[in-house]
Order: sequence, then structure tokens, then C-alpha cells
Amino acid sequence: METTCIMCPMGCALTIEEQDGVVKVRGNTCPRGEKYGVNEYVDPKRMVTTLLKVKGGGVLSVKTSEPFRKAQVSAVLQAAAKVLLDRSYKAGEVVVKDVAGSGVDLIATADLIFGEKA
Amino acid sequence: MKHFDVVIIGGGPAGMAAALGAREEGASVAILERDVRLGGILNQCIHNGFGLHYFGEELTGPEYAARFREKVLADRGVTVYLEAMVLSLTEERNVTAVSPTQGFIELSAGSIVLAMGCRERSAGAIGLMGTRPAGIYTAGMAQRLSNVGGFLVGKEAVILGSGDIGLIMARRMTSEGAKVKLVMEIMPFSSGLKRNIVQCLQDYDIPLRYSTTVTRVTGKERLTGVYIAPVDEKLQPILEKEEYVPCDTLLLSVGLIPENDLLTGMDVEMSPVTAGAVVDEYRQTSVSGIFSAGNVLHVHDLVDNVSEEAFIAGKSAAQYAAGKLSQGECVSVAAGEGVRYVLPQRVHKGEGKVRLYFRVNKVYRGKSVVVRSGDELLKRKKTMVLAPGEMQQIEIEKSLIKGDISVALEE
Repeated sequence: METTCIMCPMGCALTIEEQDGVVKVRGNTCPRGEKYGVNEYVDPKRMVTTLLKVKGGGVLSVKTSEPFRKAQVSAVLQAAAKVLLDRSYKAGEVVVKDVAGSGVDLIATADLIFGEKA
Repeated sequence: MKHFDVVIIGGGPAGMAAALGAREEGASVAILERDVRLGGILNQCIHNGFGLHYFGEELTGPEYAARFREKVLADRGVTVYLEAMVLSLTEERNVTAVSPTQGFIELSAGSIVLAMGCRERSAGAIGLMGTRPAGIYTAGMAQRLSNVGGFLVGKEAVILGSGDIGLIMARRMTSEGAKVKLVMEIMPFSSGLKRNIVQCLQDYDIPLRYSTTVTRVTGKERLTGVYIAPVDEKLQPILEKEEYVPCDTLLLSVGLIPENDLLTGMDVEMSPVTAGAVVDEYRQTSVSGIFSAGNVLHVHDLVDNVSEEAFIAGKSAAQYAAGKLSQGECVSVAAGEGVRYVLPQRVHKGEGKVRLYFRVNKVYRGKSVVVRSGDELLKRKKTMVLAPGEMQQIEIEKSLIKGDISVALEE
């Protein structure tokens, strides 16, 4: 697998391969790059921020409660697209629990006053 | 006419931090904000990554804004005028504004903090050739329509410019079900963060082509496509290699311009490089009592730096209004080899530390940042990599200042 290290502005081009059960990173110039490369190969994780639709118009911004498996990002986004909110929320409140079975929740990042035009 | 010690124009991240800085000095403060809420552009930046430096944790834009907004609104020493569009500002520090709820507003101030932010370069600003159909947006406009309004601006998009807003919008549109076919960058490098290139483009298999630009657009009512071509070393398109990309949306992420129109007619010295005012370490402009901070002063890449800078401006503005801002002899700060600009452009001699912010003019590896004052070496710092998209900072002791200061890159 090839990727770019994001630990600093250097942006080293990493090549990551598995040989005899050991994950090897090439192209990094520091130990942080090696750790990043191994994580990206073995178990890459991402935070997701997106919008949920509000009944009658408008949107509410949300984020996942923590980073989760990258392979599930598209399932989470698809589940979020189907949500239609019909009440008020406070920033920090859980809006969708265990979204798409990912193990993480969607949390409001802003206040939503239902019925008030944005 | 109502009087305040400090009047702040703009209620985004800079304006809010300036207010808190001024309040630390006990000043009476007014903020004039043209939107319906405080927070500025942060309100539409729903992605995370804000606050790592300032708060030591990763927040989304609305969350970062709320941290400041709650403090500002809870402080009875700050009067906030919302939906207030400032019409004029004078060197005598009188401000006029209009708002649908309060009508005509006239304020006088002991000092002013300019915190109006910046505007995006538009299709006209880059001389985009071709027709003028619907479907051409600046990236920030598309972001606002999407994240505040809830509208998806198109289904098949091409993005010109690889600045962070363009990269973030590539991911946002993809998340909302649109197809982003291509991101182009006229330069051979991106001004966006590496993290955004990986997590907004590579994660979604969106190609990024360097040294490529849009040569013209087609479509009558709605955009139908763009012609693109690689550019030579002089950034001129190589037309023989032009190709056509059908799409219904073109997003432009081609730079930001500080919004200093209010200063027209005033004698504020401006920097041709930053398009903002020339300031000292208090962020005071050449017109005494008028301060500037945030993106209206110079375009930042991290809001954390905006907050820090604006807090200084607000605090200093309050000290000025109270007649307590010490102003002795100044030296100038200049950009040397490899450095595009340094801010502040003037520093007072005296005690304490001052942090110099600067940007390099292209990507450098293995250079040292060297600060000199007169003939004396003040600081030398070895670096791995320096990129124009990442603002750098270096701190110096004021007591060591001997003469004019320069910041340069050396081997």
C-alpha cells in the first residue's frame, strides 16, 4: 500500500508492505512516520463530520464521538443521509447512537432550535 | 453617539478573541457583526481539526466558535450588534453602521480593532474564460450553501485550486453523494495541509493534478464542462494539451483577499504582499488607535493563530484607549531570502518577547531560519521542511534588538 504521511509538512511518500506477518514501512524519515504507516495499514481510523437534515428545512452539523474504522465511513455517511430530525438538540448531545453499527455515535456540534429558520 | 473604549468590526474568530483581550483590561467593548450570529466563517466549517494549539483538543468549527461566543455573550461589558453592516470608519474613530433591528448606528471609540476577515478570489479575479453559466462557485460560498443552508450545489464537480477549503469541499460534496471528478492546482505543490490531501482526496479516490488549470468553461444556463490544460514554468497553459471534462459545477479555491474596503480614504499604510495593514507587535496600524487582526490583516491557515493574534490586538487596543500603551522607538522587520513576508512589520525596542510570524515563498528542505537585528544574529533555527501553506513562527527577545530586523532562510 502507498500513502502520504500526515504527521508533519514533510509529507513523506510511504510504501507499506507485509512480509512474513511483519508490517514494514519504507519512505519515512522519522519514527512517527513508521507508526503512522503501520496504523494506516493495520487499522486505519477516521473521524467523520457531516450534516443531518431537519424536517421542514435546514441542517444540523454532527461529528462521530471518536475515530472509527475507515472501512465503515461510507456506511456511516449513508446512514446519516437517511436521518430526518424533528426536535431541538443542544451541541454535545448524542443524536444517533451506534450509527450503522460502527460503535460510534453521531454528536451534535451546534445547537438546533427546531422550527427556527437558519 | 454612543461611546465605547474599544469598537471591534467583525464578530468572527478574530473579533471575538479581540473582545476577550480588551475585556481582560477592563475596557467597554462593542462588536459590530453583519451576520445573524457571532462566529464568522467558523459556523460553516463543520469539519474538525480546529483548536489543537489553542485548546489542546480537536474541535469542529461551530464548537470552536461556541467556546468564544459563550464567553463573549456572558460578559456584560461587551455589547454585540448583530446584522450590523458597518458603512464607514474615520481616523477620529467614529463608526457608522446599519441594522434591520436597530436602524442607523453611530459609535465613537477610544480605539478600533479591524476584524473583518477576508473574501474569496472569484471567477472574475482569475480572469476565467468562457461563458457565465450557473454552477460556478467559490469554494467557501458552496460551503456556506451546503453547511448552513443545506443545499448541495451540484452533482458532478471539478475543483480549481488545492487550498484547504477546496480540499474540504471535495470531501463534503462526495459525502453528500456528488461526484468530484478532479482537483487541479496551477502550482507544482498544494497550499493545503497534507492531512487534507490524504483524508479529503486520497481517502475518496479523488485525483489531484498539479501544474494544471482551467482554460475555459462551457454551458449556457448551467455549466456543462471545463477545458483544462497543463501549464509551463511561467504558469501559461499549454493549449495543445487541452482536454475537456464534462461537469455541472466548478468550485474555485484560488486564494483569499483581506477585506479592507472600509479603510478606503484613510491613511492606513498597507502591505502589498499581505493586502492587509502594516502593523507593530501590538497589531496597531500606522494610524494610531486603529488595530487589525485575523484574516483582514493577513490570511492565516490556523484559526488558533487568529485567536492568539486578535487577543493581543484587543488587549493592546484597550491599553491604548486607557492611555497605557507604551510606544517607544520602533525598528522595521523585513523579509529576507526565501521569505515572502513577516508580521509584525515593526517592533518596539524594550523588554519581553515578541513572536514573529512568517511565510516562505516556496517549499524548502533542510534550511535554517535566521533572524538578524542590525549586524547581530538573534536566532538560528534548523528546519526539516518549510511550505508556503504553513505559517511559521519564531520568538525573539526585545532586549536584544539592535537595529532593523530581518528574517531569512540560509543553508
